[in-house]
Amino acid sequence: MKSGSNLEKILTKGLFAVTGELGPPKGNDVSVVKRKADLLRSYVDAVNITDNQTAIVRMSSIATSSLLIQMGLEPVMQMVTRDRNRIAIQSDIFGATALGIQNMLCLTGDHHTFGNQVDSKNVHDLDSIQLIDCVRTLRDEGTLLGGEEKVEGQIKIFIGAAENPFGDPFEFRAVRLGKKVAAGVDFIQTQCIYDMNRFKEWMRMVRDRGLHEKVHILAGVTPLKSGGMARYMAKNVSGITIPDEIIDRIVKSKKPAEEGIRLCVEQIQELKEIEGVHGVHIMAIEWEQMVSQITEMAGLLPRPRVE
Amino acid sequence: MIKAEQKPMDEILRYINPYNRILLAGCGACVTVCHAGGEKEVALLASGLRMARKKMGKSVEILEATPARQCEPEFALELTETIEKVEAVVSIACGVGVQTVVGHFPRIPVFPGVNTTFLGETITHGVWEERCQACGNCILERTGGICPIARCAKQLFNGPCGGSSKGKCEIKREADCAWQLIYDRLKNLGQLYKMEEIIPARRWGVESRDSGPRRIVREDLKV
Repeated sequence: MKSGSNLEKILTKGLFAVTGELGPPKGNDVSVVKRKADLLRSYVDAVNITDNQTAIVRMSSIATSSLLIQMGLEPVMQMVTRDRNRIAIQSDIFGATALGIQNMLCLTGDHHTFGNQVDSKNVHDLDSIQLIDCVRTLRDEGTLLGGEEKVEGQIKIFIGAAENPFGDPFEFRAVRLGKKVAAGVDFIQTQCIYDMNRFKEWMRMVRDRGLHEKVHILAGVTPLKSGGMARYMAKNVSGITIPDEIIDRIVKSKKPAEEGIRLCVEQIQELKEIEGVHGVHIMAIEWEQMVSQITEMAGLLPRPRVE
Repeated sequence: MIKAEQKPMDEILRYINPYNRILLAGCGACVTVCHAGGEKEVALLASGLRMARKKMGKSVEILEATPARQCEPEFALELTETIEKVEAVVSIACGVGVQTVVGHFPRIPVFPGVNTTFLGETITHGVWEERCQACGNCILERTGGICPIARCAKQLFNGPCGGSSKGKCEIKREADCAWQLIYDRLKNLGQLYKMEEIIPARRWGVESRDSGPRRIVREDLKV
């Protein structure tokens, strides 16, 4: 076992994993974390804790992950390279693992100009692939990046990263996943999937390269709440494509939220059948209360207990 | 070449407010090419400043000079006689030129009249774009001659982020995604294998400005 986390055990046993997502509060209000944690508890195997997503200042992912452990849930601590150089990154990993965090997602991060601190200096000392290499070096070599200096103690972490099959250039997306695998990633969570044909085509390229046997791929889904949300995401979020028939289905529905949940469940069932997909990552952003229903309807409950 | 843009008039007027006689110094090199600080811009800005000060009821005498390259000591020193006649200098050369004048004329205030913006190329008449960050260890061989350090908003080394869409960058929709350009170029050259290789973490702390101001010493050229 690389970290012995619940997520690692489930994936290693060949079980279909389910992860969720929790955005920390824009301040130190722990009750927000508790409320969201209660909505996700026992419906997912681990919960991603975002790291100042969309560059909005929030409670740190390390602190929130630590609170989550106290609340009895397993975190996947996200870490972006936007805000930290390699000194801070490695120091934070020491601290995070000391606090019991066993899963980590290595990201570059949303650009700072999307957030509420647009005047900040972005760091990008490393990119996400270099970050994966850095964490793997800490864990497997027991040394700091670029040196022989030994780490005191043992870094046990299950290394994750993201991939977006809907970004361009499309033909490079599986190659990029291969670079992450070569750098040492253990699991991947994808950007939310609406264009199933494109996702299947990407998975075919992934399988052609044999990558599905080297990394656990968790397919990302986000339930659509309304026609407005579908239209907004399709138009304004780069790297997300929503086919017109999906937008139409939500827009024309009398109860769009219910239709969004039904669509999400159908997507999960379709994704489960794709060779190489080992789980789903449910990003119900500010809609965490629906995760219980989605996982129930998709036949993902009860979540397995593994030792 | 180095690109620059003239500062707002109000800001320049604020700098020169206490003075009655100044030198406006341009430069015949990069800032001439980008129409920010050449002889023509010196004349235009000088007349603008004179008019503005006259309106304020506080006329100012402005001497004009445009050495061939303000950043080279021998050209900057051509300003010696003129500088003796004035109370302050406004330089519309790049930040290097300003500092060359500062270094050679320790007793006179020198103010910048332009914002030095980037190292870039001309796209079309009146449009310039950043191309180089002078990072100190050129990787253009690996990236098809297109620089992701200068041209990717996240300075990614290993391919585009998820925000690359239809050739454009999600940060500025009018900007090309540097990695899409790199991909297309390497594909044309039959060198896509270069995008499969991991480019390891950079030695910013040794090679770049992060090590402090850099210096080149060429023993073979020293006198």
